[in-house]
Formats: sequence, structure tokens, C-alpha cells
Amino acid sequence: MEIIQHLIDGFGYALLPVNLLLIFAGVTIGIFIGALPGLGSINGVAIVLPLTFLVPPESAIMLLAAIYYGAMYGGAISSILLGIPGASTAVATTFDGRPMAVQGRAGLALLAAAFASFVGGTISIVLFTAFAQPLADIALKFHSQETFALVVLAFTTFVGLGSDDLMKTIIMICMGLVLSTVGFDLISGQPRLVFFDLPGFTGGVSFLILAMGIYGVGELLWTLDQSKASPVLTTARLRWRDIVSGLKELMGTWRTMSMGSILGFFVGMLPAAGATPAALMAYGVAKTSSRNSENFGKGDVRGVVAPETANNAASTGSMMPMLTLGIPGSPTTAILLGGMVMWGLTPGPMLFVEQPAFVWGLISSLYVANVAAVLVNIGLIPMFVWSLKMPFTVLCTVVLFLCIIGGFAANGRMHDVWLIGIFGIIGYLLRKVDYPLAPLVLAIVLGPVMERSFRQSMIASQGDVLTFFERPISAVFMFIAIALFLMPVVRAIRDSRKSPQAAE
Amino acid sequence: MRNWISRRVTIALLMAGGVMSALPAAAEGWEPTKPVELVIMAGQGGGADRLARLIQAIIQKEGLTSMPVVPVNKGGGSGAEALLYLKEKAGDSNVVMATLNSYYTTPLRSDLGVDIKDFTPIARLAEDTFIIWVNAESPIQTLDDYVAAVKEAGGTWIMAGTGTGQEDSLVTAMLEKEFGIDFTYVPMDGGGDVATALVGGQAQSTVNNPSEQMGFFEAGKVRPIAIIASERLASLPDVPTMAELGHPMDYKMQRSFVAPAGMPAEAVAFYTDLFQKVSESEEWQTYAKEEGLLTNFEAGQPLQDYFLVERDKHAAILKELGE
Repeated sequence: MEIIQHLIDGFGYALLPVNLLLIFAGVTIGIFIGALPGLGSINGVAIVLPLTFLVPPESAIMLLAAIYYGAMYGGAISSILLGIPGASTAVATTFDGRPMAVQGRAGLALLAAAFASFVGGTISIVLFTAFAQPLADIALKFHSQETFALVVLAFTTFVGLGSDDLMKTIIMICMGLVLSTVGFDLISGQPRLVFFDLPGFTGGVSFLILAMGIYGVGELLWTLDQSKASPVLTTARLRWRDIVSGLKELMGTWRTMSMGSILGFFVGMLPAAGATPAALMAYGVAKTSSRNSENFGKGDVRGVVAPETANNAASTGSMMPMLTLGIPGSPTTAILLGGMVMWGLTPGPMLFVEQPAFVWGLISSLYVANVAAVLVNIGLIPMFVWSLKMPFTVLCTVVLFLCIIGGFAANGRMHDVWLIGIFGIIGYLLRKVDYPLAPLVLAIVLGPVMERSFRQSMIASQGDVLTFFERPISAVFMFIAIALFLMPVVRAIRDSRKSPQAAE
Repeated sequence: MRNWISRRVTIALLMAGGVMSALPAAAEGWEPTKPVELVIMAGQGGGADRLARLIQAIIQKEGLTSMPVVPVNKGGGSGAEALLYLKEKAGDSNVVMATLNSYYTTPLRSDLGVDIKDFTPIARLAEDTFIIWVNAESPIQTLDDYVAAVKEAGGTWIMAGTGTGQEDSLVTAMLEKEFGIDFTYVPMDGGGDVATALVGGQAQSTVNNPSEQMGFFEAGKVRPIAIIASERLASLPDVPTMAELGHPMDYKMQRSFVAPAGMPAEAVAFYTDLFQKVSESEEWQTYAKEEGLLTNFEAGQPLQDYFLVERDKHAAILKELGE
């Protein structure tokens, strides 16, 4: 009851005209920043932060949270339209979003992304409102062992039951893991795999750079190669009727949506994870658990819905440790935390008690921001779809241009731009020989988390591998992971028993 | 189309920042002629980054420069990227760098060809202290209890901290030497993760900065044992210093600003004055108090001497560690 009263007070504040205006402005800025490759919510929030001294903290955090939120919606846009992930969190959205656009279903893909983001965001805010405090305590009990087991589980959802070639999937995961070790090692404090002693490698290979290379430039080369001189024009139209029928189709994906929302919320809540791993894991789970998983990667709407619900749910989830514990669940929330300190608030367990107006104002504003973002986003879809009418020869230069600008903007280094080019060529060649690219991206995102949590567990347990099976949560994850991993092996054995008989 | 609009938004925001900072240009004499680059020796979102962005915000809010201050993160290779960049910028009047202790350790640990003696010292705004923390549910109350418990564990006592070679690991090594004890040191991603690990029971003790544990302390989840400094903190007046307990140990994290080699004297004067004003601002004073920082402002030659003494101290600790 107390919660409802707090929430009503919060809404009273979030719906003040000035705050409403800030929220709408925030989500609009966020959508555009999110849609630009290379720029994500972290850049948007960092740029706007100094300006927030102009308004009271309660309004400032609403603006920043709205930008954070809008960017989660926006990231999907360039993933779908251009095949370049607009933000790291939208990498998984390219897997099916881009094929949908190529098939002329860009409008539906964009609508699915917006609607799924709305559902994911809303479900996780409800979870947040109702269970913030108890859930924060669960997150604290997540030690390095649990984190490792969770990541292993994420990998097996990609390997187990995958319709792609198993051997190729494993090779791509290994390649991603190798790339993820480049740079300074946290545990030993030593540099590793700094190729040619280039200083650019000391900071590691950013997976956003990898994704822009293989999906942006690689896709471009692939399309040029496939279409030779006569590029296919993808036209898409979106009328009122299409929206209605689209929403109907989306209703059919409610299972994927609820899975994505809940998974996203929990993964986002963990300090070691965040929205990008959440989206990739949701994609993996959606694919693994569906009956006709061979459609994934070829333009299945569930492949858009799963990561988009998960990344929005995760962005709310990552605010929970920020508000309840004072620790960031993602780089963007780290900046938000910095902002809260600047405004004279002490983040941490006492914030709910000492600053209820601030906390509940923020929580209520997330409900409002979600509605605002879906309205603004759907309103802009016709404009985005219209941009697809550009001839391919023009679109092609736009994509390349955005990749170069985006690659440079992320860290301000030419090194990254060269890497995008190199990864583009590698991505094209890998596609030519039919290697799946998603496991590579997954491995470079989760690799560092996996390695770190494994080594932390090993150090803490004095090298005892059984530590992963001694703790209940991690043991459950490990057993599920092993079962999933063995499934294709079992199936392969069964098939090989059958086939000799068939040959006889 | 989309890009055009969003670029307009970005430009508008940057301009808004510029206009704000342009209002009452106070200082006389030399002024920056183009936007001032504020290089940060760490990635986005960490403690050093948050502090640098706070200072940027104070400068803009108080209108201390006519030109906007633009933060740039160059965290690659524990700040090696930033150090090399600053070396490249010799003689430039529009670049300053926010430092932390990797300012000493990074050039000591890898051969970068950077000598911090060449850089121009600007101002030290604060020093951050380190405190030994245990979980509030632990029976440990005093330093003696703590040392006894660690000895008892025979090397399996879990001390969590930031990456190997960074401040927390150096403090841990100093403790091992001082008391003849052994820890199992588990490196983690950042101070926030370390603090959480203590509360969640993953670590048995930490040497977090006061600000990183303050929230948990107020909620009664963690207990400070002793501060690794020679003076007590105003925000935690009941925590004894190591010196009081008979173990004179002192290790601090500095928060300073430096400039490239050969910066013209009038520019140095301008920036020194700028940071002096920041350190006197109300926002800074509030922040420093909140975070438990020691605000001992220092500039010019005394600051350079301080840097060099600290560097020697770090060289000795690293040697001790066998690096």
C-alpha cells in the first residue's frame, strides 16, 4: 500500500508540465543518439549531464533517464534499416531485423522493435516497483561463481540446439574469445595480445567496432557481391492498416516477449552484466526454445522482439542496483550515479529512506518515459522507412560514412576506423564460407565477463573447480548448461545410429 | 535526415554549454583561445571520470572560462594512452589532464618513454584515503582482531580490490609486509564491484576509499577498522588511524591536474587560478565532504616535488611486489 502511495506522489511530480516536457525531449534526444552508430546512451547522458545544474535534481534525473531509455529504443533503428548496430545493446537486433528490412518488412520490424521495447520496459518497471529491495539482496548474493555459470549457460544456448553447423559455431566462439583477451588483463595487470605493439590494442578490441565492421561494412560488401551491378531495392510502406495487422502479429509473440522481459530484467540487475549480454542471451533463448528455430537469422520477427524486450528491461534492471545499493549496473548508470553525487545526493541503501521524492519521482517517470518513447518512435517510423527509398548506390555510401564516423566517435581513435575496415573484410569472407557471425559477437561480449569470473572464482577457492557445483544457484545453471550442450551430441549419436540402418 | 537532426541536437547542446560558460569571464590576462581538452586517464563511468566530469560541470556552471571544457577519455593501457597523448601535445596551451595514481605506476610498469618530470604541474584538488573494511556481520572489531583473523586463515583470507598493479593491490601488499600476513587477493572491475563483494559476502575484507563504502556504512552493512593515513577523516571521526594503532602507514590517491611539457607561464597561471576557484566553490566543498576527500590544495613547484616523492614511493612498493 505504501508503495502505491509513493507511486501516486511520484506520478504527481513526473506529470508536471515541465517534467513531461523534459521526458519527451529526453526520449527524442535518446532515440536519435541511439540510432547513430557509435553513439549510445552513455554519450548522450555524458553530454547533457553538465546542463542538468539548471533544474532541480528530481527533474534532472528524469531527463537523463529518459535519454537512457530513448537510446534503447533508438538503437534498433539503424540495426534494422542499415544493418549497422545503432548501439552496442542493439547488436542482436541486426540478426533478424536486417533480413526483415531486406525482405521489405522494415516497417513491421521497426514496429516490432518499438512495441517490444515498450513491453519489456513496462514489465521490468512493474517488477522494479514491486520488488526493488528484496531483488537487490538477491543480486548481492550473486558471486563470481554464479556469474560464470550464467555466462556458460548463455554460450550453450547458442551452441546447443543451434541449427547452424555446430563445429563452425564453436570455431566462431573461440575466435571471439581470443579477441576478447586483447588488451590489459585485470587479474595479472599485464598486457596481452597487443598486436604489432600498437597502442590502440592496449585498450582491447571494442565489440561495437567488431559489430560495425562485420555487420556494417561486411554486409555492404556482401550485398554488393550478391547483387553485382543491379542492386535490389527494398521498398517498404507503412500504413495504418499495416500497423493494426502488425500489432496483431506481435500479439502472437507474447511468450517471447515475456521471456525477454524477465530475463532482461534479471541480467541487467547483475553488476557484471548489462543490456548487451541480456539482449544476446534473450536472442539465444528465444531461438533455442522455439519449435521452428531455423527461421531465426532469416527475418523472424521473434528475433527482433526477444533482444528488444530484453535490452529495455535490462536498462531498467540496471537502475535497481544504482538506486538500492549505489553501484552501477552499466557504464551509463555509472554516469547517472556521478550526477546524483553532483546534485548532493548520497547513492546507496539509504536513498529510498532519505530521498523518497527523488526515487519515486524517477520510478514514475520511467512509466511516463516508456509511453513517451513508444509514441515518439512510432510517429517517426514513416520517416525512417521513407529513408530506405534511397537508391542502393546512395545508401551504400551512407552506411560506410556512418561506420567511419561512428567508429571514430566512440573513442576518438583512427585505430578503430582501420579495425572496422579489417573486420568488414573478415566478416564478408566468413559469410562467403557460411560461418555464423552471431556467436563471434556473443563471445567478444561475454568473453571478458566469463574469463574474469572464472579466474576470480579460482583464486577465491584456491583452485578448486568444484566450487561451481557447491553453490546452489551456480550448480543449477551449470547442470542446465551441460544438458543443453550434450543435446546436439546425443542427437548426433542417435542420428548416426539411424543412418547406417537407413543405408542398409 | 536522422543524422542531420541529431547532429543539430548535439551542436545545440554543446552551444548551450558554451553559452553558459561564456557569461562572466572572470580571469584577466591569458585566456584559452579554443575549447580546452580535459584528458581523463581512465574510461567512462569510473571514479576518475566522474570526478573530472564534476569539475567540468563546476567550471561551466560558475562560468570560469570563456571556452567550453571538453572531457576526453583516454583510458587505454591503464592510462598509457593518455600519457603518450600528453607527451605528444608538448607546448599546447589548451590541454590539461586529470590524474590518479596510475600517473606514477603506469610509466613505472611499462616502458612508455614518458617521464612525468617533464609535464607541467597545475593543481592538486584532493587526496583520497584508504580504509580497511569488513562486513558488519563479522565479529572483527579492532585492527588486532583483524590481523589475528587473517593469520588464522593461513593465506586463504579473501581481500577483494581493483586490478593487479592498481592502488588497492599496492595497499594490500603494504599490509602483508607490515603485519607479516598473507591474503588471497581477488581483483575486480572497479571500486563499486569491490564494495558490493564485501556486502554480499564474496570478500572478507576490502581497502575501499571512504566514498565507495559510505552508502553501505550508513546502512549498517560494513564496519571500518582503520584508516591507512596519519590523520582521521572528518566524515568518519571514530575510525582510528594506523599511526594511532602503532603502525605508521600512509597511502593516498591523488586527484590532480597536469599539463603538457613547456606550457607557457601565463597559461599555467590561468589554469592554476581556475582550479583554485573550483576548489573554493561550494559544489566542490560539498562533494569533497560527502565523499570523505582530503581537500589539501597544492600547486606549482611544491606539487611537482610531491609527484616525484610519490613516484619514488610507488617505485619502492612495486619493487617490493616483484614487478
